[in-house]
Amino acid sequence: MRGICKSFGATHALRDVELTVMPGEVMALVGENGAGKSTLMKVLSGAHAPDKGQLKLDGEIYTPGNPLHARESGVAMIYQELSLAPHLSAMENILLGIEPCCRGLIKWKEMKDKAAEALAIVGLHLVKPETLVSRLSIAQQQLVEIARAVALDCRVLVLDEPSSSLTAKDIEKLFELVRSLASKDISVVYISHFLEEVKALSQRFTVLRDGKTVGGGITKDAAEEDIISLMVGRDVDDLYPRNHHTPGEIVLEADSVARTVKPRHASFQLRKGEVLGIAGLVGAGRTELFEAIFGLEAITSGSVTVAGQPGPATPALRWSQGMGMVSEDRKSQGLALGLSIADNLTLPKLDGLGPGRLVMPARQLKACDPWIEQIPIKCRSAQQPISDLSGGNQQKVAIARLLHADVDILLLDEPTRGIDVGSKAQIYKLIDALARGDIEKGIEPKAVLIISSYIPELIGVCDRISVMCRGHLSEAKPTADWTEHSIMAAAIGQD
Amino acid sequence: MTSPKPSAFSAFQNTAWVNIGARFMALVVVFLFFAIFVEDGKFYTLRNLENIIRQSAVYATAALGMTFVIITAGIDLSVGSIIALAVVVVAWTLNIEISDGVYFVHEYPVAAPLLACLLAIIAATLGGLFNGALIVRLKMVPFIVTLGTMGIIRGIAKGIADERDIYPPEETWIGGLMDPTLTSQHDSWMIFPAGVWILVLCIGVASFILKYTRFGRHVYAVGSNEETARLCGVPVGRTKLIVYALTGFFCALAGFMQFSYIGGVGQPTTGVMYELFVIAAVIIGGASFSGGEGSILGTIVGALIITILYMGGQQMGWPKWVQEMVIGGIIILAVAIDRLRHRKLA
Repeated sequence: MRGICKSFGATHALRDVELTVMPGEVMALVGENGAGKSTLMKVLSGAHAPDKGQLKLDGEIYTPGNPLHARESGVAMIYQELSLAPHLSAMENILLGIEPCCRGLIKWKEMKDKAAEALAIVGLHLVKPETLVSRLSIAQQQLVEIARAVALDCRVLVLDEPSSSLTAKDIEKLFELVRSLASKDISVVYISHFLEEVKALSQRFTVLRDGKTVGGGITKDAAEEDIISLMVGRDVDDLYPRNHHTPGEIVLEADSVARTVKPRHASFQLRKGEVLGIAGLVGAGRTELFEAIFGLEAITSGSVTVAGQPGPATPALRWSQGMGMVSEDRKSQGLALGLSIADNLTLPKLDGLGPGRLVMPARQLKACDPWIEQIPIKCRSAQQPISDLSGGNQQKVAIARLLHADVDILLLDEPTRGIDVGSKAQIYKLIDALARGDIEKGIEPKAVLIISSYIPELIGVCDRISVMCRGHLSEAKPTADWTEHSIMAAAIGQD
Repeated sequence: MTSPKPSAFSAFQNTAWVNIGARFMALVVVFLFFAIFVEDGKFYTLRNLENIIRQSAVYATAALGMTFVIITAGIDLSVGSIIALAVVVVAWTLNIEISDGVYFVHEYPVAAPLLACLLAIIAATLGGLFNGALIVRLKMVPFIVTLGTMGIIRGIAKGIADERDIYPPEETWIGGLMDPTLTSQHDSWMIFPAGVWILVLCIGVASFILKYTRFGRHVYAVGSNEETARLCGVPVGRTKLIVYALTGFFCALAGFMQFSYIGGVGQPTTGVMYELFVIAAVIIGGASFSGGEGSILGTIVGALIITILYMGGQQMGWPKWVQEMVIGGIIILAVAIDRLRHRKLA
């Protein structure tokens, strides 16, 4: 393994990225969400072809055409989400696609021996190769995936945030395994947000930011402070309107909310006329908290009180209490992509759009007009299919839906993910206007709760911010008491 | 390491044998129900038992292929039509007239039935292959593809038969495949009709393929997690193609049995609604529409349950509408119990 260099331009996901890994080395790849780590890994595993630049494996040019090719060349990926066939046994998963065979018949004895060997290497001596994968714990399943890589004599192992679903004890075991694999001359690329993991595990690190390599070096020589600075150091745009908000009474209160896995503990109070931000990394449990608040998933302990009413909830109840949510996943959860703008926008509240319980298309269109004008949403007419719109305009429809339903509490999960700067600015302005209200026009100030992984955005629009780290929500502090640096430190558990 | 901490009981609950065992118990319960409630013990007479076996053999044979398909998370609605195609092709071949009044089957009494079977197998397998090709190459949904071919293949069968029943001039061994044995004078040494023995052989082969061959394990892998299977280099497209072709092949065998069962007539309208019985048999047998699950033995038990309900209902003198409701209810019940069990394990 002489190392992998690659650079590539054109697409902005990755710009001239350089990455080198030595044999038997653990190299940590760090960066914020959206910094381009996943894209880079997809290039490495053959899922994406680079526009420019080249990869070298053992000094030879390496162009993986597809994931299978990459696997055969000795580059194995362990993705954040498990990719196992749950109905098959551990050994079948480990040797899937490379089963030892004789004229189509599987040699079970050989299969079992090979699988047992691979399982032993990853420390699962006690797991029988015949065990169904779905009967293993998450941690064990992850080890089975690593065993799959080991069984194919991989030389480069890429682990994409492997610790995000593991407990502290399991993480320790994973570390031991990674170290022992490295000692067998396997190169490991370890992607993580958590600096303590980087510190504990890696010899070298590389920082990606906005699709570029912004730094790197020997891990033990680098101060955590410096790494954090490399991760966040970017210009803050003046996209953010800053008007004075006057918080009113408490409209939403969460008290020690917990679900089975995450969040583990989340308490906060949200007032009318206030924007509260929840920072944290992807996978910290923020979306899961929203699901609990909005009644999509049951909470196991703690309570959520909306407008003075505690107790279990359903999304329908929340809507009737004046709460609306914009999902982080616009395409699969947030919008009905096949339908028109008008259908999407009026979905939560179809009352009053016709005589009785009827819905008259003309009145549906008319109901959309004020929002299309005010926000504004760029479209030909409200009849246009929503799939025609740009991501930013789609997102504005998703938010306009809450306004149409006339909610008092807005839950916005990553409201600006993947949208253009212009739309971002409009959404920030809208959020600010909602929290401010308009006394003269008799518009009550609203309460807004925002999840974002983009720290400058939270600092720009929120009155108070709390940070979620591994399922625990910190106390909300006024935005002035935070810096980008301190938020990032809290998000990666460094405070 | 956080282990899933399954109780000993739940681990026990999930073993394959318990899975089959529970279904077998259901079969016994259903059987006992009719044995007790049908008057005068008519239900467990030799003749009736034989009838149950004969009728269920057709469903079960077609259901073997369907088991493969459903394990890959697919579905095949065209099986009833493919069975009819096979029936018609057999009758058509036996009915070829070489010259006026001289029939092929009279001139070549050995070769003709063999050729008839061969042609039927080719036609049915091609039908299955066509399904598979559309699903794999055009990336179409199996439900839609086979809904279409259900009509196309039925149409072809009717076209070959000129929309009439074909009566071959000569009785051949194909027509005798499902003739009663135990209750007949001279064939009782066979215990089961020849067609049932063919089914038994197929059960063995299909179970073996699913369990012990690379292809069989790929069938499960594709159904369990198609993306993973592809990442691991499993030939996903080829696996699906073979699965649908295999269903066509088993439907041809089911067609031979059906041909005999309905009295050696080439009836192009036979086997209507069979796809539903066949799918029900596979589902009652423990397969899941989301793929990755299912077994041949379970399917056979499922086919028996369906047939016993069907025939038992008739013998109880239930009106047809009650029979239909009962069978429908049982299908839902079977799947509901499975879901509940899965939820408990999750």
